[in-house]
Amino acid sequence: MTTAISASGLVKTFGRTRALDGLDLSVQEGEVLGFLGPNGAGKSTTIRVLLGLIRADAGTATLLGGDPWRDRVALHKRLAYVPGDVTLWRNLSGGEVIDLLGGLHGGVDAARRADLLERFELDPTKKGGQYSKGNRQKVALIAALASDVELLVFDEPTSGLDPLMEDVFRQCVADERERGRTILLSSHILSEVEALCDRVNIIRAGKTVETGTLSELRHLTRTTVEAELAGAPTGLADLPGVHDAKVGAATFTGQVDTDHLDGLLKALTAIGVKTLVSRPPTLEELFLRHYEPEGAQR
Amino acid sequence: MSTSDSGLRALIKLASRRDRIVLPVWIYALLATVGSTAYSLKKLYPAQSDRDKLATSIGTNPSLRALYGPLYDTHTLGALTAWRTLGFGGLLIGIMVVLLITRHTRAEEESGRLELLGSGAVGRNAPLTAALSIAVGACFGIGLLAAVVTVVLGQGVVGALAFGACLFAVGAAFAGTQAVAVQLTETGRAANGIGALVLGVAYLLRTVGDAAGNSGGAGWVAWLSPFGWIERVHPWAGNRWWVVGVTLAAGVLAAAVGYRVQNARDLGSGLLPQRPGPASAGPGLRGVFGLGRRLQQPTLLGWMAGIFVFGIVMGSIAKGIDQLLNDNQQVEKIIGRYGGVRGLTDSYLATAVSFLGMAAAFYAVQAVLRLRGEETSGRAEPVLSGSAGRLAWASSHLVFPAVGSALVMAAGGVGVGVGAGAVLGDFRGWVGRMVKAGLVTTPALWIIAAAAVALFGLVPKWTSGAYGVFGVMVFIAYLGPLINAGQWFLDLTPYTHIPKVPGGVFHWAPLVWMTAVSVVLTAAGLLGFRRRDVASA
Repeated sequence: MTTAISASGLVKTFGRTRALDGLDLSVQEGEVLGFLGPNGAGKSTTIRVLLGLIRADAGTATLLGGDPWRDRVALHKRLAYVPGDVTLWRNLSGGEVIDLLGGLHGGVDAARRADLLERFELDPTKKGGQYSKGNRQKVALIAALASDVELLVFDEPTSGLDPLMEDVFRQCVADERERGRTILLSSHILSEVEALCDRVNIIRAGKTVETGTLSELRHLTRTTVEAELAGAPTGLADLPGVHDAKVGAATFTGQVDTDHLDGLLKALTAIGVKTLVSRPPTLEELFLRHYEPEGAQR
Repeated sequence: MSTSDSGLRALIKLASRRDRIVLPVWIYALLATVGSTAYSLKKLYPAQSDRDKLATSIGTNPSLRALYGPLYDTHTLGALTAWRTLGFGGLLIGIMVVLLITRHTRAEEESGRLELLGSGAVGRNAPLTAALSIAVGACFGIGLLAAVVTVVLGQGVVGALAFGACLFAVGAAFAGTQAVAVQLTETGRAANGIGALVLGVAYLLRTVGDAAGNSGGAGWVAWLSPFGWIERVHPWAGNRWWVVGVTLAAGVLAAAVGYRVQNARDLGSGLLPQRPGPASAGPGLRGVFGLGRRLQQPTLLGWMAGIFVFGIVMGSIAKGIDQLLNDNQQVEKIIGRYGGVRGLTDSYLATAVSFLGMAAAFYAVQAVLRLRGEETSGRAEPVLSGSAGRLAWASSHLVFPAVGSALVMAAGGVGVGVGAGAVLGDFRGWVGRMVKAGLVTTPALWIIAAAAVALFGLVPKWTSGAYGVFGVMVFIAYLGPLINAGQWFLDLTPYTHIPKVPGGVFHWAPLVWMTAVSVVLTAAGLLGFRRRDVASA
């Protein structure tokens, strides 16, 4: 496998704000990389550096074997990009924008364009000013997905899409992965990243704080468990990997490290379970764990 | 009303903060126009005999009336100043309020920021009320300060108040019409376009009506225009306050219509219907140049049509200018400074084309600044992250100020030629000469547009300063000759260096160096743009 994107030590400052502070990122060819971080962490800035829209103050970046700043025009023919906040020209129809942007990214596949229009249920004859935010997003997504390119770059692409359309988007990304295209997916929705990505890169304040496969990361996360029990929940709080346990007469609420989930469940079923709610870690919890001050973890 | 105006105070505060630099600049420019004009008229026409001659030539000459309006009284410096400044000053105030009202209403709505505010404790009418308050407040301030300036120059207080009231009222009138215009379209750009059309038509009606004069005919046409109204208030010579009342009433009426329409429509929508577009891009929209053409072409065609119509009007009043001016050396000298000295008909027509060139420079700047608009709105980003290079994208827009400036000036030349040919005979000859005059003026537009490109590429945050460059260049070119400014001052504006056609001696040299300077400025801007960061939305 060769590397599609590699960046190391990227620094970018805007006035007094240090938007990127030594960021590292690598995406292998053919993989889907989830690029996670809260608002303002530097995801969009990184993408804009990779697209040659802005120049990093320090650090190196390679995109599809080229320099993202110097070789930008040649590189852009081989990639397609969907920004998180799509603004369209008021007097151009959605169909026109799809063809225009697709044409600027290596050309539009007519059959795929028709298929995508149907799947996303988009009316291509409306003018830019009449689309809702979600529909503007669909225009940019269809333009990118219908383009004949090696690399797809999505910056929070599902913002504004309803859950049904989010699902269509996931299917589309899965299809693209099957085709062997490389995808960089910036997001702050963990379920989306979980469903789609091979590896994730988590950033915070312009720095990479965690990178690896999802299963590598999952052991770092905790699952919330709420249970109503047949008997008294004795000893549950002392099990390895259990945190923040709240124990009632016949109830248990707490968090468990995901790699200790099995032990807790065995203990619960031994007592007897009436109801059980288990919630996978939310992104907030993941972030909170990663964004706790150093040393406070565990 | 009270519930829908809640949050008004916060909005006014926000809007005045956003305008804290722009508005004082406008106010200063307007007061400087009034003050410097009054001062120079005092020096230019010291004795009553000079003023009487001036009155005779204006009274008998439709061309001069078309340019400056009717001179109703010469016995006070105030009346002379009012005559000379109300047309131009009124137009400036009109442009100011059109931009201001749009900036705080439709442009905000288009960007979605108003939605953000609208979900807070802000009433439905509050943004329009805030914009109107600031616009009317600014006009009131301009009127009051202008009155103070004339009082300081020794003019009567009542006349000064009437003069100030004229400036205030004309601003209020166009604030009212713009309150309607912003309801009609979905974009701020289109709302400004409608505002410009309203200003243009109003100015044209004044021009036609004033050219016809009081002797019957089409003179009544000027009574259809706020510009015509304020010219008929006659400060320091009768002070016809009721005309001020008419102007203000028109503004109030128009604003009321604006509120009614606003309450009848949805947030974000316009009143003009949107038709569906094609489902796929035609052959004309392939690639970045197709996009540039699609975005720029309507503006260019609109300007060509507008300047063409203005040209016809200016040209058609060229008759009889020679014999009428011969007894007034002063005015002859002034016209001569605009347009050269050989043959006053030629001079007048050269002046007319030069004026069209000043107006058309606004088009050139506007067309360049579209680049920055595309960039900051985020619309450039998907294009620039496509296979369009920075230079290709910029060129796809800059072709328009480059070639379009020449087309607009040619259209203006055809218009002036058609108008002049119709009244003077020799139709073909005049059209040919005036098209040449128009084309010769183009390098002046290029220099101003190229300065805008340089700002865009090198100091992008100051790109809109290009309007300031435009304003200063036109100010010097329009008022410089009137106020008897020194030659070094006149030399600062490119219009001074344009060969006087028809009538003057034609030189290639200034056209060549102006084009060269334009090329250098454009190249510097483009190189800067290639090297700099693209702004995010």
